[in-house]
Amino acid sequence: MNTNTDLIQIKGLRDGLLVTLGAGEWGELQNMLFAQIDERSSFFQGARLALDLGDQNLRVAEMSKLRDELSERDISLWAVVSDSPKTVQTAQLLGLATRISKHRIDSSPRKINDDVDSDQAALWLPRTLRSGTRIEHHGHVIVMGDVNPGAEIIAEGSVIIWGRLRGSVHAGATPRRDGSQQNEAAFVCALEMKPTRLQIASEIATMPKGKNVKGPLKISLKDNQFLIEPWHEK
Amino acid sequence: MSAQIVTITSGKGGVGKTTAIASLGIALAGRGQRVVCIDGDIGLRNLDVIMGLENRIVYDIVDVVEGRCRLRQAMIRDKRLPELFLIPAAQTRDKTALSPSDMMRLCDELRDICDWVLIDSPAGIERGFKNSIAAADQVIVLTNPEISAVRDADRVIGILEAEEKGSPSLILNRVNQEMVNKQEMLSPEDVLDLLAIDLIGVVPEDQAVLVAANRGTPIALDKDSRAGQAFRNIAARLMGEEVPFMDLENQGGLWNRISKMTGRRG
Ligand SMILES: Nc1ncnc2c1ncn2[C@@H]1O[C@H](COP(=O)(O)OP(=O)(O)OP(=O)(O)O)[C@@H](O)[C@H]1O
Ligand SMILES: [Mg+2]
Repeated sequence: MNTNTDLIQIKGLRDGLLVTLGAGEWGELQNMLFAQIDERSSFFQGARLALDLGDQNLRVAEMSKLRDELSERDISLWAVVSDSPKTVQTAQLLGLATRISKHRIDSSPRKINDDVDSDQAALWLPRTLRSGTRIEHHGHVIVMGDVNPGAEIIAEGSVIIWGRLRGSVHAGATPRRDGSQQNEAAFVCALEMKPTRLQIASEIATMPKGKNVKGPLKISLKDNQFLIEPWHEK
Repeated sequence: MSAQIVTITSGKGGVGKTTAIASLGIALAGRGQRVVCIDGDIGLRNLDVIMGLENRIVYDIVDVVEGRCRLRQAMIRDKRLPELFLIPAAQTRDKTALSPSDMMRLCDELRDICDWVLIDSPAGIERGFKNSIAAADQVIVLTNPEISAVRDADRVIGILEAEEKGSPSLILNRVNQEMVNKQEMLSPEDVLDLLAIDLIGVVPEDQAVLVAANRGTPIALDKDSRAGQAFRNIAARLMGEEVPFMDLENQGGLWNRISKMTGRRG
């Protein structure tokens, strides 16, 4: 049992449990995890679980199976934290949170600069984001498809939607609570702009109704005011 | 035989899933198909009532998976159509009495003995929903022309896509053409515009549905009912026939446009 506890660490969070898995073969890790859970089933029962998967690469089928098996044990998986972009994307596809826990858990708060330099690559989403999807990303987000009502994008960079925006978008979002890293240069583009909610940095837009919101638009911030202009290639 | 396994689900409750399963079961069996309907709503069973078979239940689906009876013993034969069967839900248990792998095993066994397995999913996106879609070859999302129902349908479609279940098709139920005309109700076009999946049927609002439900005679048995006709059309489309969408109100233009949008002819 000792080896298990080395590879699987369990911590209490304010709102649930965090389980951190060490490196190893996925099938084995999973078996160990379930062995631990079954051994202490009353402790885990009804728990809200966040999983830190390290750099483990998980596909949608694997993660949804894991989530189902956890839910069969009355454990609800709500977040997956990982260093692997693939795994993060998988978690996002399944509507799981991917960030929140890490910021809370880190005992030593990260240096601001770390956040800025790392992960600035754009997240590419070649599909429609349907209700219930929540995408969080450190950099820019590009969607090839619609963003439906009930879907949400929170990007530290800009958001470009080759489709209709009818859900909610926050561009230039701050990764830190004190707002020290707002990105006022961020912008939002969409072929059709009908957001449920649109925010850039700390400014929340109210979309004007009527003709001037037709067609592809780009919305940015200028002197804390929203600037709405046609979006066309130059 | 290798049955096609079809699940109807919706996210939002009370939109007409059970009504649809009962009627599609009747309509497919009426076309000479061997059909098994499964009530996946453990703890809130009512497919048996809608089908008028509640007095004949001896064993239920949980009895089968827990080995208290054989599969055949839990299959209630419909006296109106001898090729139609119901496997009822357990009323006194909850969703955890069944797992996705139980459903897979059960459906694998059914595959060899019928043409269609129709699974009635409970509302929601939790365990019961997961059970219901686990074995499906084809998922139909059913919704009403109502913003909250459409929003939930969109969520369900997103989950199905994420779980690599393929793109589901859509039944839009309870359309009231008069209200659509007065712009008091979302039109089929509005709904399709958002959900962007294949349309397999539009069912009008029809008071006869409630009467039929209370009598335990699924609406597809009613030759005069427009809703019944709509469900019979869906059954034909499931079997690969090209059936024109019903004219809810001599508005050929509208339906042609919809047909184009979803890539169906007629
Ligand atoms: N086309 C229709 N016209 C009129 N009434 C309808 C129609 N379809 C369904 N209904 C009514 O809507 C109600 C709910 O139907 P039903 O029980 O089939 O929904 P459900 O989706 O299975 O609900 P649940 O989520 O609770 O299982 C019933 O009273 C039924 O008679
Ligand atoms: Mg029902």
